[in-house]
Amino acid sequence: MEAEAAPRWQPGSRRWRRAFEDRRVLAPALIAPAVVFMVLVVGVPFGWAIYLSLTDAIGGSLSGHWVGFDNFTNVWADDNFRRALRNTLIFTFVSQALVVIGAAILSAFLVRDFRGRWLIRFLVILPWAAPVVLSTITWRWILDSLYSVTNWSLAKLHLDHALIWLLGVTHLETGAQLPLQWLGRPNLALIAITLVHAWRILPFAVVIFIAGRASIPTEVEDAAKIDGATGVKKLWYVDLPLQLPIALVAVLFGIVFTAGDFAVVYILTGGGPSNTTQVLPTWAFQVGIQSGSLGEGAAISLYLFPLLIVVTAAMLFFARRAQVT
Amino acid sequence: MTARQKGLTYLVLGPFAIVLAFPFYFALVTMFKTNLDLSIATHSPYVYNDSNGHFHWDFWNYSTTEHVQFLFNGTEYPTWLENTLIVGGAVVAITLVLAMPAGYALARLAGAWGQSAGVAIFLVYLVPPTLLFLPLSRLVTQLHLKDSLWSLILVYPSFTVPFATWLLMGFFKTIPPELEEAALVDGASRLKALYRVVLPVSLPGILTVVIFAFALCVNEFIYAFTFISTSEHRTVSAGIPNELIRGDVFFWQALLAATLIPSIPLALLYNAFLDRFIKGFTGGAFR
Repeated sequence: MEAEAAPRWQPGSRRWRRAFEDRRVLAPALIAPAVVFMVLVVGVPFGWAIYLSLTDAIGGSLSGHWVGFDNFTNVWADDNFRRALRNTLIFTFVSQALVVIGAAILSAFLVRDFRGRWLIRFLVILPWAAPVVLSTITWRWILDSLYSVTNWSLAKLHLDHALIWLLGVTHLETGAQLPLQWLGRPNLALIAITLVHAWRILPFAVVIFIAGRASIPTEVEDAAKIDGATGVKKLWYVDLPLQLPIALVAVLFGIVFTAGDFAVVYILTGGGPSNTTQVLPTWAFQVGIQSGSLGEGAAISLYLFPLLIVVTAAMLFFARRAQVT
Repeated sequence: MTARQKGLTYLVLGPFAIVLAFPFYFALVTMFKTNLDLSIATHSPYVYNDSNGHFHWDFWNYSTTEHVQFLFNGTEYPTWLENTLIVGGAVVAITLVLAMPAGYALARLAGAWGQSAGVAIFLVYLVPPTLLFLPLSRLVTQLHLKDSLWSLILVYPSFTVPFATWLLMGFFKTIPPELEEAALVDGASRLKALYRVVLPVSLPGILTVVIFAFALCVNEFIYAFTFISTSEHRTVSAGIPNELIRGDVFFWQALLAATLIPSIPLALLYNAFLDRFIKGFTGGAFR
């Protein structure tokens, strides 16, 4: 009826507009631009990375000769690669373990109502809000070889020798132990990088944990109170099971952000000393861009993929669970 | 809360807050240090000292702004800030154009498969740039975009669009559908209802997306580092470590000033929009 009443000078555009009112047309039409864009800038390069990893492409070209899985077996045979893989796993899982413990404690107290909460929250959020590269530069200064504030403080507290004993560090060349070369000794650098990762991911996890707490219905709290569940009992039987799915989602995010991170290692140690702190992203950069072996670099970065697949699948599973509770 | 509980709260949160915020305090102190004060390893690094290593309460007399001045007058830092703003602004604009319709459609029109499609789009955000930077850097070279800000403007939406679509989907879900249905009954078209009714109501959510998408652009390192090669086209994240660190010579005061200055406004914005961010970020998945 409306169509008949409307003026007749735009029949084409009217039909077009009618079609646009239909969800089955409108929804894909609105989603399509974003999807097409993502296919072009994520899907295509990703497929290309897989293709490159199967060729002997070198810097300056976008293709090469087919070599099958040679790149994957070649890079695997390299000790530096295996160390990079091991480091990636260590940094990722140790830092996330620290993050979970920290976030569980912090979120439990931050939801309380107390004076100065705004300030505390601001301070806690800082590491997440600051650009990673920039805060990592500050860490490099904190862990500087000569002017390290950590060494200065440890010396003032007379803890430096205790720490050396605990970590068993000496300088190979000189036999000297002080000052502690936080970024210059392999084991110290591994500790430093792990801690910096934990430091920067913690605020994000806290935020997700707090959101998880907020999503627990108040009826549950009330029911727990009526049933007499308090303290540890309530934590174990009520809070933890309800928070577990969302906590896991936070952890899985942390894993993805840490395992794929290039900046922290690159800025702190550049992969050194002598490639002992390389991770897959920095090693892929070293081989693919700086040495120009594009195919091998792509293969190295693709070794990250199985980890991401597993993590993503787990995330989907737990996100669905979280939705149900 | 009892006094004991309150005490415990401060006792636990205090040390955490100090450790988490320490690098920022430390950067703040160091950026105003004199060269002499900085270069004597026995001087306390926490405060400003006189030439004998003593602290005085009128510490401003023992500190200097010369390194901050050098940063702004003697380096290309202002250019990098400007480049960061240009790239961030352009990327946010592209992101909104692509993500707003998609987020709305997924939340409202797509029905049952909207949630799954939303999750699928979000997964794209989890593909780390480290998997893509090798082919993309070759591609950027082939398109003659190497060393141009356009390369970053083209590539950054690859992570901001999925991220923003997810957030916006969460926000649009919180808006009652009755609102636009009323407009539809009044004879407005879907797009008009979207533009006239939904958009104004969801402005806070959109602003949240603007801020967090912009922050993602400032954060990005590996693309900015591999695509751009000359100093005057750098953004802050790539410019500071590449141009201000020369060999073994570190201009630490200027360097730390450079890292702290972009971090503070971002931190304030994060705090102001945090609650909304949580709502949008978890709104898609967790009720």
